Amino acid sequence: MKITVLSGKGGTGKTTVATNLALSLTNVQFLDADVEEPNSYIFIRPDFGEEYQQVLRKVPIIDQNKCRACRSCVDFCEYNALVLLGEEVLIIKEMCHSCGGCKYICPKEAIREEDKEVGKIRVDKSVAGMEFWQGELNIGEASAVPVIEALNQKVSEDKTVIIDAPPGTTCPTIAAISDANYCILVTEPTPFGLHDLKMAVEVVKELGKPCGIIINRSEEDADKLIEDYASNEGISILTKIPFKREIASLYSQGTPFVEEMPEWKENFQEVFTKIKQVVG
Amino acid sequence: MKVAVTASNNTDLNVKIDLKFGRAPYFVIIDFDNDKVNFIDNSAKGATGGAGIQAAQTIVDQGVEGLITGNVGPKAFNVLSKANIKVYSAKEETIKEVLSKYKNNDLKEVAAPTNNGHAGM
Repeated sequence: MKITVLSGKGGTGKTTVATNLALSLTNVQFLDADVEEPNSYIFIRPDFGEEYQQVLRKVPIIDQNKCRACRSCVDFCEYNALVLLGEEVLIIKEMCHSCGGCKYICPKEAIREEDKEVGKIRVDKSVAGMEFWQGELNIGEASAVPVIEALNQKVSEDKTVIIDAPPGTTCPTIAAISDANYCILVTEPTPFGLHDLKMAVEVVKELGKPCGIIINRSEEDADKLIEDYASNEGISILTKIPFKREIASLYSQGTPFVEEMPEWKENFQEVFTKIKQVVG
Repeated sequence: MKVAVTASNNTDLNVKIDLKFGRAPYFVIIDFDNDKVNFIDNSAKGATGGAGIQAAQTIVDQGVEGLITGNVGPKAFNVLSKANIKVYSAKEETIKEVLSKYKNNDLKEVAAPTNNGHAGM
């Protein structure tokens, strides 16, 4: 069972939901795929040690002896990673998306590829009752996708896998959804929350993934905004995390609220039961 | 010799310069040898990323010695400096005013990127 926790909008509570859900279940494998700013470790407190796995991607290198400065590669590159200065092609590696197109298009076969480290993957095999993986994108890199794809390779088929996705609805988020059996969409009951929730729903529907909503910072008067939308779309609301000072205060101390409010463990276990009923 | 200036419009030299480099709508190329003025579109202005680099390529292709603009980010600056194009920073004035300052050596040459990089639009 693979569950991805996502939200269109940043700061709605993906990490809160993902970590507290993970701490409420057994036999969990946790993947922090918010690789631009992984922060689940603050709540789970893994010890990664010194070891890490490099994530590599291909970037072009130009054989200046073969290059005729024809400019085909520069014109081809949609990401502006190549510049022609006089007779020399300059490569701006951090802009390169590793599509390999320049190598393909070069009429003189002057382009080879070399490996560049794009990020790192760290693991603590046993912490807080779970296996905890974290992806980290190196500073200056344009795309988080290779790191998330490398994390996806670590998925364990016999565990309950919980993936904390990056915010937004672009390629990195899609990479974090692609292997999921179920998506939890976290939102807040505000117009911004609803706006970005709609985008998240569009993405998961396009990918054909079953989904449910968790309202974070829930307040009775405000929730109607999300509830009306959910009922129109036929999406169930799995639970609501109340807008409470106690929860915010625990969060600010890096304490998962299920640790201090154990009744919430049962609540998240019920969420998991609902998910299992849908996924089967 | 030629210089490029980022332009907010392409009507004449009385328009204001554009303080953005990568996403300026137009560049104007001034050739001091024959006083020719040539406005060109900045094809990078709508780029999803790397606009500064693409704009720098356009400027390099024009064979200019200097660029007058408001701000230049690190990647574009790197390309321009490798191409030996000097970057001069100016305030939001008309192109005419900026050019007269340039001729009087009143513009400051920029030795490093004037702002941090930013991703996308």
